[in-house]
Amino acid sequence: MVKNTILGYVKIGALAVFMVLMSACQGVALLDPQGPVGIQIRDLLMIAVGLGFLVVIPVIIMTIWFAVRYRESNTKATYKPHWEGSLKIEAFIWLIPIAIIVVLSYLTWVKTTDLDPYKSIPSSEAPLRVQVVSLDWNWLFLYPDYDIASINKLVIPTGTSVTFDLTSATVMTSFFIPDLGSQMYVMAGMVSHLNLLADNTGTFTGRNMGFSGKGYATMNFPTVAVTTEQFKAWTAEAKASPTPLSQDQFNQLNKPQSNYPVTLYSSVEPDLFNSIVAKFMTNRQVEGTKHGESEKTATTVN
Amino acid sequence: MFGRLTWDSFQIHDPFLFAATVGMPLGVIALVAVLAYFKLWGYLWSEWFTTVDHKKIGVMYIILGLIMMVRGVVDAIMMRAQQAVALGEALGYLDANHYAQIFSAHGTIMIIFAAMPIMIGLMNLAVPLQIGARDVAFPALNSISFWLTASASILVMLSLSIGEFSTAGWTGLAPYFEKEFSPGTGVDYWTWALQISGVGTTLTGINFLVTILKMRAPGLTLMKLPLFSWTALTTNVIIILSFPALTVALFLLSLDRYLDMHFFTNDLGGIVMLYANIFWMWGHPEVYIVILPAFGVFSEVVATFSRKYIFGYESLVYATVVIAFLSFTVWLHHFFTMGNDVNVNIAFGIATMLIAIPTGVKLFDWLFTMYRGRIHFSTPMYWTLGFMVLFAIGGMTGVLMAVPPIDYMVHNSVFLVAHFHNVLIPGALFGYFAGLIYWFPKVFGFKIDEKWGKVSFWCWAIGFPLAFFPLYVLGLMGMPRRIEHYTNPEWQPLLIVAGIGTVVITAGIAALLLQGWKTFQDREKNADPTGDPWNGRTLEWSISSPPPVYNFAVIPQVTARDDFWVQKEKGTAYPRPEKYSDIHMPKNVPYGVVIGAASFFLGFGLIWYIWWMAILGALGIVVTMMVQGDNDDTEYVITAEEVKKIEDAHFERLAAAGVLSGKPRNANQESHHE
Repeated sequence: MVKNTILGYVKIGALAVFMVLMSACQGVALLDPQGPVGIQIRDLLMIAVGLGFLVVIPVIIMTIWFAVRYRESNTKATYKPHWEGSLKIEAFIWLIPIAIIVVLSYLTWVKTTDLDPYKSIPSSEAPLRVQVVSLDWNWLFLYPDYDIASINKLVIPTGTSVTFDLTSATVMTSFFIPDLGSQMYVMAGMVSHLNLLADNTGTFTGRNMGFSGKGYATMNFPTVAVTTEQFKAWTAEAKASPTPLSQDQFNQLNKPQSNYPVTLYSSVEPDLFNSIVAKFMTNRQVEGTKHGESEKTATTVN
Repeated sequence: MFGRLTWDSFQIHDPFLFAATVGMPLGVIALVAVLAYFKLWGYLWSEWFTTVDHKKIGVMYIILGLIMMVRGVVDAIMMRAQQAVALGEALGYLDANHYAQIFSAHGTIMIIFAAMPIMIGLMNLAVPLQIGARDVAFPALNSISFWLTASASILVMLSLSIGEFSTAGWTGLAPYFEKEFSPGTGVDYWTWALQISGVGTTLTGINFLVTILKMRAPGLTLMKLPLFSWTALTTNVIIILSFPALTVALFLLSLDRYLDMHFFTNDLGGIVMLYANIFWMWGHPEVYIVILPAFGVFSEVVATFSRKYIFGYESLVYATVVIAFLSFTVWLHHFFTMGNDVNVNIAFGIATMLIAIPTGVKLFDWLFTMYRGRIHFSTPMYWTLGFMVLFAIGGMTGVLMAVPPIDYMVHNSVFLVAHFHNVLIPGALFGYFAGLIYWFPKVFGFKIDEKWGKVSFWCWAIGFPLAFFPLYVLGLMGMPRRIEHYTNPEWQPLLIVAGIGTVVITAGIAALLLQGWKTFQDREKNADPTGDPWNGRTLEWSISSPPPVYNFAVIPQVTARDDFWVQKEKGTAYPRPEKYSDIHMPKNVPYGVVIGAASFFLGFGLIWYIWWMAILGALGIVVTMMVQGDNDDTEYVITAEEVKKIEDAHFERLAAAGVLSGKPRNANQESHHE
């Protein structure tokens, strides 16, 4: 009877702790992910923390326990000043960490392969391609499938794998939407890739994680995940925008400035993304003459 | 005439920098005047600045490191204060550029100009004494090493007032640190300060490696070497192997910035990713350079205060060497998110996790040293216990970040900031504090105040989790590092808690200073006439405190691990030699100061494009080296009579203290109560 009551209390207590933890996780993006990449990494994190605790908790308990038990004033405790080793204990303290690391290594191998940011995510919808250009200090998003563009606002359909091609028109930055999953460096003269998928609609903050100078702290953008229909509507809205993204317009954007107002562009200068990448790859002095090289770049980009 | 140095370069516009610009020279002038008034300059010059005595050089290193640490702490307080308030409309009191200078300076100073000098200072104090040597292998070189570090520190401090410091973080960011994006003097201050101190550190590495390998007392085989000396040995091997990578990375950057080359630029064939690779080939081993000697301190402290042999000596040695080896195989984990091939990330991820094995073994070895010991809770033991609890957590978060997908989420966030502070503060800094308090009586002849030491410990032990555990949560909320302003209101409460933690830590530092003051006040009460205040185990405790300039009147013959302890048990400690011989000791040299000063001018000239100054500085270094090389009059003799006089006085003190029987003063019988 008493046992049952205690068990009941324990259950209620555990439930309360669980509720508190869950509500605490609400604001913690990485523990409350909105896409499959984030969910898998969160689960991996939980397993790794569990494995880590297998060593950390005994170490902390033993530190306190031994310190109290073998304090100088406790003359009742055994004292063995000449004891300097024990093969059994030594084997144990080498094998336990080795076993844990072997398990974690295997997990790392499997999960790192699964969660390769370059791998597209299986989804029922055809994947969406978004080209991302990091500027000082704004984010430009090109949608080559729709020939539209947007600055400082990313709109994606839910349930669709989104493949980001990332390049920088300036210093190195890092593209990250914490609610969805992995981040990836963004570098000039080359293209890196990242695949993400949003399960749920909502607005998630995306941002630059790599320090890039004065406007770094404000280099954020809303990521709006909408239904496929809403996304279609949004592309139509962009198409109706009065502003095309011409080379001139891009040159205006590509100047040190912060918090550029969100703008949609109805069309994009042909080959703009490739030309941004190629700009850093051709020799400045002979620009325009070495046509072959920029074409080679273009092929590696696609 | 003065390159790009103009009146506008002097920082008098910002109130904080104005205080520094006006305050620092005034402080220096006041200090110079006070020292002149008390006629201390001659004493300082002949006894300290030109000294080649490893003990005094060690003390100077530690003073330098502590001063720079205070500067680094001020930076930390400024950053925490800014982030506690800078939400939304409130922009805080620092602009982006100033904030970036502060976080760059904080990291550079804490690693290179606080941790490294304190670590090298401890090696200087303890290593020659532990191995039964009279000095290091190259005493004049030791002085040069110190003055190179000191002149680099002055360059960093000067960047507060003249010009600016780098905004590219302590690690440097390619291509942001190129002239195109960072045209000012900041990056050059950073580069040349690191280069100059890097030369000093490399020379130290060579010096101590040779010292430990060649100057051990007869009988002191490597597997009898005290564990602090073992960690010093491995650290110096890492220094020698890794510092060239830093030198090369910075040299290539300078070629870019000064001669318009393109190693790390965006265009014309520059490879930004190359910089990250070369830098971290030094940067990761560097972490173990600062942490391994602290591990050595813990090994000494835990055995001494548990009154017991260290548990698993061989394991600890092998673990140290394995860590040193692995430290060179993991650099890529600093940029898993660079778009590397999956298998590359896996290989480096697993290599990183492997380090957890020898590190875990070390923790268990220290724990089993305490097991069945008789633990005396002196301040060094407090720091050791605090380390074991906090470091276990920091080590675990490191293993988490070694898993590449987890790193994809927390890389460059404040989770990372929390992790490396959680390993470096308990791991390195707590170890340094323990070591400073442990060897303080050896160097000065009196014990350090315990009460304020314990107050300081508790401030750190409570302040540390308050200041850094919230950053773990913030990192999981997606908060990046290095931002001076944010718009997410959910972050602020945790940032305020972190700010409060910083206040508690600052109180800990105040307590530490008070501890120093109380120690000085009570120096007669706490005097230790025996040279063995802790009932020590290794050779350094067998001689007087402070040790005579020659350390050992007769080079000891070592027969066992913990040799001094064994001798005390046998009753053969403090043997009185039948006769003494003359001792040859190295003479003081002014070359260290001169080369340090010349390097300062070389660096300052290069930073400001004052080419004549740079050339004079470079010439100064070369000429001084040639003059020194030509100098054969490098030794003096302490006669056998003088040695006998000094040693007789020590034996009188030992007799008066009643320790000449040679028995350990504490009961040392095994007991089997349970």
